[in-house]
Amino acid sequence: MHWDWSIARDALPVMLKAFFEVTLVVTVVASILSALLGLIWAIGLREMPGALSKVLAFVLSLLRNTPIPLQLLIAAYAIVQPTGWLSHTSSLAQYQHRLIIIGIVVFALQYSTYMAESYRGGIESIRSGQWEAATALSLPRRRTWQAVIVPQAMRAALPSLGNWAIAMFKDTPYLIAISVPEMVSQAQDIGGNNFSYIEVMTIAGLIFLVASYPTAILMRTLEKKLVY
Amino acid sequence: MSSPDLSKFAATSGTSGTPRIVFEDVEKRFGKNVVLNGLGFEVAKGERVTLIGPSGSGKTTILRLLMTLEELSGGYIYVDGEPLTHKKADNGKRTALRPKEVALIRRRIGMVFQQFNLFPNMSVIENIIEAPVHVLGQSKEEARSKAQSLLDQVGLGDRGDEHPTRLSGGQQQRVAIARALAMEPEILLLDEVTSALDPELVGDVLGVLRDVANTTDITMLLVTHEMQFARDVSHRVMMFDEGHIIEESAPDAMFSNPQHERTKKFLQAIL
Ligand SMILES: Nc1ncnc2c1ncn2[C@@H]1O[C@H](COP(=O)(O)OP(=O)(O)OP(=O)(O)O)[C@@H](O)[C@H]1O
Ligand SMILES: [Mg+2]
Repeated sequence: MHWDWSIARDALPVMLKAFFEVTLVVTVVASILSALLGLIWAIGLREMPGALSKVLAFVLSLLRNTPIPLQLLIAAYAIVQPTGWLSHTSSLAQYQHRLIIIGIVVFALQYSTYMAESYRGGIESIRSGQWEAATALSLPRRRTWQAVIVPQAMRAALPSLGNWAIAMFKDTPYLIAISVPEMVSQAQDIGGNNFSYIEVMTIAGLIFLVASYPTAILMRTLEKKLVY
Repeated sequence: MSSPDLSKFAATSGTSGTPRIVFEDVEKRFGKNVVLNGLGFEVAKGERVTLIGPSGSGKTTILRLLMTLEELSGGYIYVDGEPLTHKKADNGKRTALRPKEVALIRRRIGMVFQQFNLFPNMSVIENIIEAPVHVLGQSKEEARSKAQSLLDQVGLGDRGDEHPTRLSGGQQQRVAIARALAMEPEILLLDEVTSALDPELVGDVLGVLRDVANTTDITMLLVTHEMQFARDVSHRVMMFDEGHIIEESAPDAMFSNPQHERTKKFLQAIL
């Protein structure tokens, strides 16, 4: 086993392209979606009538307790495939696009169940006096959530939300299960063609490592912004 | 308890006609713990009433029931003759009002808490204009200028843009008073509003409340251990024990010449 710089040089641009066009896009879009969905679930669990709230809790635990690769396979081949949406594509690029969309939906749903838990913790950390002050001011329920509870819960939940986003980022290689050309699968292809994996896998590891720095900084900036 | 003759405590203005507040046969249970049972009293328009009594006698519970922070277990509360949370239906049955109906009446009531409960995610001025803008439908400009004069009134005219967490307890409580007043309540509930404060900060807060008492005809229900303050601002003092009014009179009479043995003991202990 030896290190071949020419493989590394050829692989880097391809892998970076896959990183920015797939890995990063999936992570960013799915993180935003899961942060929104998670908030909706957390509020729904508290506001919906008992029976409905139990149904929601059950669906969420179902999602939370099944592995992502399995969900990807189910979504792509058991749910979407039969509709023909995947096969009626005019190009490979379009086909891959649709797989990426499926990937985003699955990651967003899966992580929204974790983020709902983060929000729940944040909401529960708010002292009852805040709710009572809102009632004493006759704020409508909706406005109480919007102006009082969510901003405070968001602040409390943010570090945990950030951790989930980073965890999702590191889970993106699961997209291999449905042949989405994310960075690690590209690395695998290049490695296979050259009968040498050390270069591409090292690069893949480094890209993940380097990319998590700005994420951490971004999270810290966000947290500072929410300080009051 | 026979219903008290209110005429002798009549406040300065507009006291005739319907009482501001009526408790009728009020019952409150927490699980098996019966806190209030068959409680009845009236408060006239513009009247300021101090509730005293030992810990656990139900003072806070009474204010919280009025603010709709606790659910009534039985009986009725009326504000300006209108039922607050439950009414007697035509067939005499006790029925709960719809949340929308409750919300309309609740608007006339404001409350200041022992722990201030300002919203930490908003600036001082945002705390004050939140409800006027979103509940009363005032424009932001209108609400702001009113909030500013309230802040001036409580001596914090230059602190509007700060976050409440940067203020001392006494300042936070004055903001909380301004926030409650911004809703132009007919009834103001004050539950031990100086109990969480360092002693040197109590005076400013009581000063603000004296000012409110002297310049408005807001009906007030207050729970306080500041007996001099209670004596100065209230028209009537009600002494509670185990959820019942065991004695009530004008403050001077109550404090200098209590009739009931329990009242004497209680006042001795705190004065
Ligand atoms: N949320 C609650 N759950 C259960 N019991 C409660 C609750 N709130 C009050 N109680 C009970 O109701 C009774 C009256 O309490 P309340 O707080 O009204 O008394 P208080 O007169 O305000 O006393 P203090 O002077 O200590 O403030 C007490 O026995 C208390 O334990
Ligand atoms: Mg109390």
